[in-house]
Amino acid sequence: MSATQPPDPTVPDAVAAGDNVSPETIAAPRVRWQRRIKAEHVRDYGIVVFAIGLFIYFSVASSVFLTKNNLLNLVFQNATIGVAATAVTLTIIAGNFDLSLGSIFVLAEVLAAWAAVHWGVWWAFPVALAAGAAMGAINGVLVTKLRINAFLATLASALTFGGIAVGVTHGGLLITPSSSVFTFLGQNRVAGVQYPVIIFAVVAIVLQLVLAATVFGRHLYGVGGNRDAARLSGIKVDRTVIITFVITGAACGLAGLIDASTTGSGSSDMSGLGGQLALLAIAGVALGGTSIFGGVGSVWRTVLGVLILGMITNGFDLLAVPDYWQDVVRGILIVSAVGISSVVDRR
Amino acid sequence: MSATAVAPIRLVSIGKRYSGTKALDDVSVEVAGGTVHALVGANGAGKSTLGKIVGGVIRPDDGELFVDDRLVRYSSPREARTDGIATIAQELAPVPQMTVIENVFLGIEPRRSGLVQRRQMRTRYQELVSQWGFELDGQVKVGALRTADKQKVEILRAVACEARVIVMDEPTSSLTSVETKTLHRMIRTLRESGRTIVYVSHFLDEVLELADTVTVLRSGRLVRTGPAAAETEQTLVAGMFGVAAEAEHFEKPQGSTAPVLLEVSGLHRKGVLADVSLQIRAGEIVGLAGLVGSGRSELARAIAGADPIDRGTIAVDGTTRHIRSPADAMAAGMAFLPESRKDDGLFMELSLASNTTFADLRAVASRFGVLRRAVEREKSRSLLKSLSVEPPNPSMRVANLSGGNQQKVLFARWLFRNPRVLILDEPTRGVDVAARAAIHRLINDLAAQGTAVLLISSEIEEVLGLAHRVLVMRLGSITREFGADPPLDAVMEAAFGLGGSPTT
Repeated sequence: MSATQPPDPTVPDAVAAGDNVSPETIAAPRVRWQRRIKAEHVRDYGIVVFAIGLFIYFSVASSVFLTKNNLLNLVFQNATIGVAATAVTLTIIAGNFDLSLGSIFVLAEVLAAWAAVHWGVWWAFPVALAAGAAMGAINGVLVTKLRINAFLATLASALTFGGIAVGVTHGGLLITPSSSVFTFLGQNRVAGVQYPVIIFAVVAIVLQLVLAATVFGRHLYGVGGNRDAARLSGIKVDRTVIITFVITGAACGLAGLIDASTTGSGSSDMSGLGGQLALLAIAGVALGGTSIFGGVGSVWRTVLGVLILGMITNGFDLLAVPDYWQDVVRGILIVSAVGISSVVDRR
Repeated sequence: MSATAVAPIRLVSIGKRYSGTKALDDVSVEVAGGTVHALVGANGAGKSTLGKIVGGVIRPDDGELFVDDRLVRYSSPREARTDGIATIAQELAPVPQMTVIENVFLGIEPRRSGLVQRRQMRTRYQELVSQWGFELDGQVKVGALRTADKQKVEILRAVACEARVIVMDEPTSSLTSVETKTLHRMIRTLRESGRTIVYVSHFLDEVLELADTVTVLRSGRLVRTGPAAAETEQTLVAGMFGVAAEAEHFEKPQGSTAPVLLEVSGLHRKGVLADVSLQIRAGEIVGLAGLVGSGRSELARAIAGADPIDRGTIAVDGTTRHIRSPADAMAAGMAFLPESRKDDGLFMELSLASNTTFADLRAVASRFGVLRRAVEREKSRSLLKSLSVEPPNPSMRVANLSGGNQQKVLFARWLFRNPRVLILDEPTRGVDVAARAAIHRLINDLAAQGTAVLLISSEIEEVLGLAHRVLVMRLGSITREFGADPPLDAVMEAAFGLGGSPTT
């Protein structure tokens, strides 16, 4: 994305009409003040254009990319991240943060597996969701009632949840009974589409609707945008914030369930997805354009952010680009996306 | 402008747009050195924007800015500061966690080999304070100060960095009359010492008293620049609005026997409120006068559930209500317009419609909490129109409105709830003459329809102009009560604690 380059003050004022000027060049703040209105468009919708561009690029560059199987796989591989990321979008819009996504995911997965082993496979489902929601509620109470900064509160709870998970599994794996009741979620398909893909889509659509079209969703924007004003407008701020943490917790529990069902086991190993989930999810949120400071953003942006990050992994794999480049590119991408919006806002 | 006088600041054909609306269009102004140059205009006329361009806070879209005949393009207030131009903003922004001294010397700390010389800083602070005749404890954290004192910090900050040009954006909008006089004395001293003051204000009497030169703006265009001596309030108003604005006069009903809507008894909060009691009848406007720090705003916040209370009861329409949160107060039929629209009022990133309906979203939602967007847009549009918000575009972001229009949006949020008791804390702060008159008329109309109004303002004239009864607060209690149209001197004396025995 050429907008990642610093604005060039030497560009002459008169950008001649008809010149082959990309939208990004126009967005550069010092080029021509008159064109700044378009800078806002780049900030708000640049990510959509970029996602389409990336999609087209990979479709052309790789013969495999644009196949039904590959695209389904791409979404399937990012479904757990996506479920967690779309939910934590609500928490972030309401002005908070959650670093415990991965630990909730791992502990919920482990507890689900434990319940499947000891109580019967059907128990895995309610246990995973309830455990996730309960852990989210703990985070919410720490942040609101005890007024602990969300960063610290969720960092501390992440350590605790992760530790408990290791305790439950004694550091190993809990292999669940090989029952199709348990594994259908992670391993089966409906009309050729994997269940996790469908779950991700449903979660994203529901949360997008909640955020954009309900009273509760509007309250989240208010609480994140101006907490004092929200309180003076009669909003029960603490309760609202706790609910966002519970939703995020339950979503991470669901993600843990998907993972347990896919692998047929419960693992407390934080070196896998569990250790990275919080950062990958929040990276997706930020890349999509939701403000880390709260008050601004949406779920569809997060879906886009997660899919862009997924596309880069998938596309680079197909093009046999070395692994380390993926992280380099993803890092640069996040910084540029957030940087553009901050430059545009600051003018 | 004579050719001999060197203009330190020259603005040539300045233009600025916000989301397509022209805030400034082809404005050229010369500010002569060592003068007080006032910028006046209605809200949205572009006077604040012009001031901010001089101070480097915003960059113009078109035109050129010359300082000492040198073309400059500031991209931050810091760059302007190195040229000796300091800005004192309308919305004050000191660092609340730091002390007054630290704020005053922020970025210009006296230092030796990278270490801040604290003692030297304290000495210089004492010099500054005595030089400019301020009383302000340097060791207090700025966050604990009232708005008026925060402003003093900003002014001290400007003189501490030896600014040659000081841009003041509505500096007196949150000051009491006495504090305003102190500020004016300071401004004259600054001018005598050769400094230039760009004074953005909507208080025309102040402008005429203080300024050497006045620039009048209307809808982003320059009307004229001329010597202040040649202007009167009438000519300025005519210039600002194109027509003469009518003076406001409100009839005040006598001896109302309407039922008491709000009854507060023995409201107490340690160190802030001392057993305050008051009654407001339906249709009555009760004004609350007093100095900054007298407990006016604190009383309003306590009644509205925004701050906790130690004891006391609040009854609405004869029923005692347990008010522990703003939500409780709202459920009791109260609405509270807070002092600072930026900190406690508006959601700057949200639309006008969202800001209007936020306190009563149920009214525009279906049973299951799903918003009905079209209904929301229509309802807010008609309310915004009736308050003459310009433009009454529900989908516009509230941050893109001028101060006066933002205030009207905040009003809209509370009127949207049809409150029975309306508590207004500084309802016209930072609002121009026309918007102010409109808000005054609105308050009067609401009372005429039976709303009980508690009105707080640091401008005693505003309280006297509207209130059917005036209560004077001092040190956390109500010390005097007056009927309609009391003499200004008597109210002032009561506020300062002079003369008259307290009646409670």
